[in-house]
Amino acid sequence: MNMIEQFLWVIFPYACMVVFVVGHIFRYRTDQFSWTAKSSEFIEKKQLMLGSMLFHIGIIPVIMGHVVGLGVPASWMTAMGVSEHLYHMGAVYGGGLFGVITLIGMLILTSRRFTIRSVRKLSSASDLVVNTLLLFIVFMGMYATLFTNAVQPDFDYRETISIWFRGLFILQPDASLMRNVPVSFKIHALTGFAIFAFWPFTRLVHVWSVPLNYIGRSYILYRRHKSS
Amino acid sequence: MKIKAQIAMVMNLDKCIGCHTCSVTCKTTWTNRKGAEYMWFNNVETKPGIGYPKRWEDQSIYKGGWQLRKGKLELKSGNKLSKVALGKIFYNPDMPEMKDYYEPWTYNYENLTQAPEKKHSPVARPHSAVTGEKMEVNWGPNWEDDLAGAHITGPLDPNIEKIEEEIKFNFEKSFMVYLPRLCEHCLNPSCVASCPSGAMYKRDEDGIVLVDQEACRGWRYCMTGCPYKKVYFNWQTNKAEKCTFCFPRVEAGLPTVCSETCTGRIRYLGVLLYDADRVQEVASIQDEQALYEAQCGLFLNPNDPDIIAQAKKDGITADWIEAAQNSPVYKLAIEYKLAFPLHPEYRTLPMVWYVPPLSPIMNYFEGKDSIEHPDLIFPAIEEMRTPIQYLANMLTAGDSQSVKEALQRMAMMRSYMRAKLTGDRFDEQRLERVGLTARQTEQMYRLLAIAKYDDRFVIPTSHKEGHMNPYRAQGSAGFGDIMGNMGTGMDGGCSGCSAVDSFSPGRDKDGKTIYEENFYGGIWRD
Repeated sequence: MNMIEQFLWVIFPYACMVVFVVGHIFRYRTDQFSWTAKSSEFIEKKQLMLGSMLFHIGIIPVIMGHVVGLGVPASWMTAMGVSEHLYHMGAVYGGGLFGVITLIGMLILTSRRFTIRSVRKLSSASDLVVNTLLLFIVFMGMYATLFTNAVQPDFDYRETISIWFRGLFILQPDASLMRNVPVSFKIHALTGFAIFAFWPFTRLVHVWSVPLNYIGRSYILYRRHKSS
Repeated sequence: MKIKAQIAMVMNLDKCIGCHTCSVTCKTTWTNRKGAEYMWFNNVETKPGIGYPKRWEDQSIYKGGWQLRKGKLELKSGNKLSKVALGKIFYNPDMPEMKDYYEPWTYNYENLTQAPEKKHSPVARPHSAVTGEKMEVNWGPNWEDDLAGAHITGPLDPNIEKIEEEIKFNFEKSFMVYLPRLCEHCLNPSCVASCPSGAMYKRDEDGIVLVDQEACRGWRYCMTGCPYKKVYFNWQTNKAEKCTFCFPRVEAGLPTVCSETCTGRIRYLGVLLYDADRVQEVASIQDEQALYEAQCGLFLNPNDPDIIAQAKKDGITADWIEAAQNSPVYKLAIEYKLAFPLHPEYRTLPMVWYVPPLSPIMNYFEGKDSIEHPDLIFPAIEEMRTPIQYLANMLTAGDSQSVKEALQRMAMMRSYMRAKLTGDRFDEQRLERVGLTARQTEQMYRLLAIAKYDDRFVIPTSHKEGHMNPYRAQGSAGFGDIMGNMGTGMDGGCSGCSAVDSFSPGRDKDGKTIYEENFYGGIWRD
């Protein structure tokens, strides 16, 4: 086992995870003021509607698909009555459909961010990096799902990537599992971890502010001076 | 019954001259920052016109305020679930864009001094404050000032569209009204109800509606929720901002900046006591035209011993009750019924009230044989140049009777005071016919025409000393800190921006002395 493998598939993912957790705690405690969805709808509305809707509607099932595909062992799925064939149908067609929706959304959002002057002017470096990186990750994911899977039908990520991924969380990381994984999957996994490291320092934090408790609260809020 | 206190405002449109001093002093105090250039916490619109942002009164576009759905009060833009679950959180279809307000710009002034010698004089061209690029200015704040372009924009005014008869925007028939607008600090604020992060709140002590800049997550529903379009999105900090009712001043018993600097003395500030338990019931009344009366019914008589006892029980201090008893807002809105809420049909129970303008009528009326037939004033009001129905569409959801009665009381007050000062006879029964007594009329005259500072502003101080050290908290309110954090090059702290600090000879004098020596009618004497 060489050092590069060890770095890419053990050290780097752990580093990203630590930055993700510590970064969020740090930012939440020190910088509430910049914690915002950072919408640019106020500047440009038409393209945002299409791009943002497609992206968000696509990305949510895609993330859930990743949780299932990476987090749930194949044997459990079979035990639950989801056969190998059925799973693959779901992953390729379901994942493919929402993946395409996400990718189209991301393409619109990226072109909007770079071509509409006022939107570009209001973008920070972090916005541009997040945007480009997300587009790249989604594109690599789609490439791996639709193209690599078709070219190398005997490759099963549930036998390799998923086991490696779960190993990270049970503190039994095994870099060798990633050795024979196609390069498109490798790039997708690495950039995926990279964005988790960026996450706490970018606009992506808005994900944790989805206002679910709004649904149950009363409409009008009053605040009193403390202690009076 | 749960009694709460509200600091409310009345504006006497009869005396507004449209000078924009309120807007300018407000802007220099609160919104002269990057990202806030386009915001006017206070602006003065010329009506008829489409206003700022364009057609803000058209709730079929913006979906602001509340509506009744199956008899139940609900946000017009949709219920809570629809906001979070139906994708509106990814894209808010009802939100105004910057171009509905205007794109802020500045000029490249340095070109005036640095341009090389040429055949023509150098000019300062407008540059967008957003992109920094050259731009054509074809809409801006107050673009319709004094009916500029009203032949085009006037017919698009939603209040005009509701009038059945055709209104011609030609020179002979034109009319106009100045409408200064700021946050209404509503009793039933739809912006607060719209905020999914719980960052917006109504202060329990004085009813001022604020945005918690730390808790705002920039979901922007407040912009849609507010039917007056008085919550703004800072495109630099990506957070919501709004009129603060100058709370640091109000807490100290001082009037808001817009009120303090009003050259026409049209603004009044005072306390209203209301029953917080009945707010929702009143806002849910079926008939839109009954909302104005119902809103008035929410306010409690501060001289009633039972009310005083209950108010004390609900934690309202004696000085606040006394302020409520002397409140010019209570007198103008509830006692004399001269002031009206702006668009009560939005069901937010707004707390900035307007006395409708009467001015042109008196010349029209007095030019005729008013001496022999003093009651000609009533038909004259009907023929007022500004259609009463237009005012009613703004102030009472179309109920022209209430507006007419207010105008009659004002006209009668003028007739009475004129007779009194010139020694003419005046039949006091005429006052009774409009529901006034001689004493009330004189008080009304004093409040409206003389408008002494201490009569206009009856503001009790807050009682922060009970839970904090107000001396140490100096300078902690406002947006100053934000700018420091943003690293925009502005001084985050505020050294030298306080007049008292920089005024070194007065160090040993107290604030009141310095104020009286140097501050006259809102203008520094130097």
